Amino acid sequence: MSYIARPKVSHPALARNELGLTMRDYVGGMSTLCAGCGHDSITGALIQAAFELSIPPHRMGKLSGIGCSSKTPAYFASSSHGFNSVHGRMPSVSTGAAAVNGRLQYIGISGDGDSLSIGIGQFVHAMRRNLNMLYLIEDNGVYGLTKGQFSASADSGSTAKRGEVNEQQPIDPCLLAIASGCGFVARGFSGDREQLVPLLKAGLSHRGFAMIDVISPCVTFNDHEGSTKSYRFTRENAYPIGHTDFIPPEVEIRAEVGVGETQQVQLHGGSSILLRRLDQEYDASDRGEAYAYLSRRQGKGEVVTGLLYVEEGAPDMHALARLGDTPLAELPYERLCPGSAALADLQDRLR
Amino acid sequence: MQPTDIRNPDYFHRVVDCQWGCPAHTDIPEYIRLIAQGRYADAYMLNRKSNVFPAILGRVCDRPCEPVCRRSRVEEKPVAICRLKRVAADLRGNIDHRLPTAPTEKNGKRVALIGAGCASLTVANDLAPLGYELVIYESLDKPGGLMRTNIPAFRLPVEVLDDEMDQILRMDIDLRLGQEIKSMRDLLDNGGYDAVFVGTGAPKGKELSLPGRHDTKSIHIGIEWLESVAFGHLDSIGERVLIIGVGNTAMDCCRTSLRLGASDVKVMARKPRGFFKASDWELEDAEEERVEIIVNHSPKEFVVEDGKLKGMIFDLMEYDIVDGRIADSRITGQEFFPCDDVILAIGQETAFPWVERDIGIEFDRWDVPIVDRVTYESTREGVFFGGDAAFGPENIIWAVEHGHQAAISIHKYCHGEAITERMPPGMNLLAAKMGIHEWSYSNDYETAPRRAMQHMDLEKRFRKLDIEVELGFTPEQAAREAQRCLNCDIQTVFEAPLCIECDACVDICPVHCLTIAPNGDQEDLRGRLTAPAHNLDQALYVSAELPQTGRVMVKDEDLCVHCGLCAERCPTAAWDMQKFELLTPYVHHEAAGRPPGGSAGRQEPQFDKGTDQVRPAA
Repeated sequence: MSYIARPKVSHPALARNELGLTMRDYVGGMSTLCAGCGHDSITGALIQAAFELSIPPHRMGKLSGIGCSSKTPAYFASSSHGFNSVHGRMPSVSTGAAAVNGRLQYIGISGDGDSLSIGIGQFVHAMRRNLNMLYLIEDNGVYGLTKGQFSASADSGSTAKRGEVNEQQPIDPCLLAIASGCGFVARGFSGDREQLVPLLKAGLSHRGFAMIDVISPCVTFNDHEGSTKSYRFTRENAYPIGHTDFIPPEVEIRAEVGVGETQQVQLHGGSSILLRRLDQEYDASDRGEAYAYLSRRQGKGEVVTGLLYVEEGAPDMHALARLGDTPLAELPYERLCPGSAALADLQDRLR
Repeated sequence: MQPTDIRNPDYFHRVVDCQWGCPAHTDIPEYIRLIAQGRYADAYMLNRKSNVFPAILGRVCDRPCEPVCRRSRVEEKPVAICRLKRVAADLRGNIDHRLPTAPTEKNGKRVALIGAGCASLTVANDLAPLGYELVIYESLDKPGGLMRTNIPAFRLPVEVLDDEMDQILRMDIDLRLGQEIKSMRDLLDNGGYDAVFVGTGAPKGKELSLPGRHDTKSIHIGIEWLESVAFGHLDSIGERVLIIGVGNTAMDCCRTSLRLGASDVKVMARKPRGFFKASDWELEDAEEERVEIIVNHSPKEFVVEDGKLKGMIFDLMEYDIVDGRIADSRITGQEFFPCDDVILAIGQETAFPWVERDIGIEFDRWDVPIVDRVTYESTREGVFFGGDAAFGPENIIWAVEHGHQAAISIHKYCHGEAITERMPPGMNLLAAKMGIHEWSYSNDYETAPRRAMQHMDLEKRFRKLDIEVELGFTPEQAAREAQRCLNCDIQTVFEAPLCIECDACVDICPVHCLTIAPNGDQEDLRGRLTAPAHNLDQALYVSAELPQTGRVMVKDEDLCVHCGLCAERCPTAAWDMQKFELLTPYVHHEAAGRPPGGSAGRQEPQFDKGTDQVRPAA
């Protein structure tokens, strides 16, 4: 960590987005994570994605649980809403927030401990509920905050910093998400921003639960030989299934690439994703195929990255629960609190 | 692009824009840090090492360092480098014990220095401690050259000038005042000197041959007129004065006129603003004193009646300006300006009527001596030129650098060594990391704007000719201004094999000057950087291939504020902050045969850095 403040000076010719903001308008406080932490790079990618999508910072809601990952919301978009909740309970808090105000862009940031151990139930049910949010797992395979024990995503056979071998099976959040009915499943790597930024933009534009598992090396406890979540291992074993291009609504797609090589997915709000497949046998719109392909590759020790599964158009929590569109905060008081007569009437109906 | 060769001292030297811009390569960031620490005497001595006249230059330097200051690219105004230098001089206290001294035992070599201006005095400063017998010939009654004759006392007080000249002249230097050299041949044949240095400046003011020029005594040549004022031969001028020309001499002439009784002073410019030769700050200072600058008036005729100047007629000019250049011009009319005196300040030239043309010293077709740009030797062996005498009018700091280089040549020539074989500049790089989150410099970004210089009240300053206008910075102002310096000499140094490409540096950089990307040629790379890199004068620092992906780390040097956050956030110390020290060889290094060691290196053989005193070789 550093406590030297970032100087209040910026490049005089920084690019501006549609809102007239620069990247500097999306930064947050100085990171207190270890220098070189993958999480900080993900923060950088998030800043870039939010900037490029011209999301007004005050229309974002950042939510997290507990862990190194869950400190991330403090490090970007200082002028947005945020809630640092209980360990593993961020999905519940997000559900509540989304229920009362469905108009914010929710970004949940969790880790492999927060989502795959203590919070696995909440995680799975948030997907089942199809909560409209971007859900990031900053996945380093290790409990960094408690000095480097294996987490639930640590691969079998990988070693801890001091040499102990992990003998338990890992939980792969992507397989779990595909199996749990999630409509947007992707895996990225903090060290490959060119791939990560379009994934984040697509995830932010997806209507429903978008889960991105981002391999994010822990420089302090899990960046050694024997780790399968290190910078070097991930770079050597990453297996990108294709390029994901995020296409904003106003850009026309020119199908120059041969049919069969590309797959276009229309997103909510007019934008779309163009997948340029590297592996012809892969179909990101077939849930069963995606699951099989992923398990096959993982079995070979490859870290499959890219947009793994996408299904647009499934009803999200708002639709399923038939919630109103207007945030509660904007409802007139009489509607928000219709009075004791209305309450009595409701109670009568439920008797 | 090829990986940047950072072992070449020029690379990091260029990053220190001010030091690179200074002809004498003064170690500006270091002396500013010394000022920030209140070590004024140390700051003064460090300055003196390269620029010899810190108190003088702290007032009247043309400041080539300031327009190039990185701070002026990051925000608007550069650090007030020049005025900080003056602070070091104002507050230094007694430094006599730290000045160089001449040995009592001489080395048997005699050198004649012609003209007692800044160039000759620098040569004397460098050679006297080595035991040279030095004779300075000066045609006037006082030493100082243009520093005394052309720069008015309200900008440069006489005591300041005398003090810094005396620091040199007290080293057993034979100063022969009022002795004008009338024949170079005679000096070379009969003087008995081992070498001769010509530092006679550019003493001839340019003429303006227009009708009426010689019909009156009220038309003066600027530098001659300033000299008469400096020596007290002149103490008045008419009410209405026209100055022709807008260079720095014109600014001195108009402001001096105000102090001699003129009340209506106009500076007549042929061209529009933006094409003036005067430095912006000199224009500002003149306009603060209500001097009127009239543009687009080209002198046509002096109007003289019965030997009395009535005024001047000007052509009204109109210009077509394309891309900041004058493409075409035309005369649109005429205008008469009444006046009592006219001062011509349209430039000055060298003049060598005393150098015979058949003694091996060749002149080019503009009658300028042919002088080598490295050795400062003329076409005749053993005769060296420096200052304005060498290449025409420049400014004091250039003359000082010429003097340093000429001193090296003179020494080598006197000892039968090849004057072209000179020590190259070296460098030191010293880790600036002192501990966890602790750096050997203040890396906070000071957001304060440039401190304004306090001036003497307008009502008070005209009462006497020698009331200094600029009051200098107070220690508090200096301390604040010093913090504006970006410490460009604390270099970002990258070690590619250590990098794990975690992006920490790229993300933390406040000015987005770092990028990790696949390599390409310069134009291609510049187009793919994190932030626009359009300033082609500033280098890209390109690393070797990074170990994990084969991409390269690219740093655009342009706007780096040297905050050190890249190094602070780097988990593997691939980025490090290291203090760069340029090791400039002076004649005492050449004489000792050992390159400068710098503050971190070995003991200097001849000069002790702490005291700048001559010591016997170790």
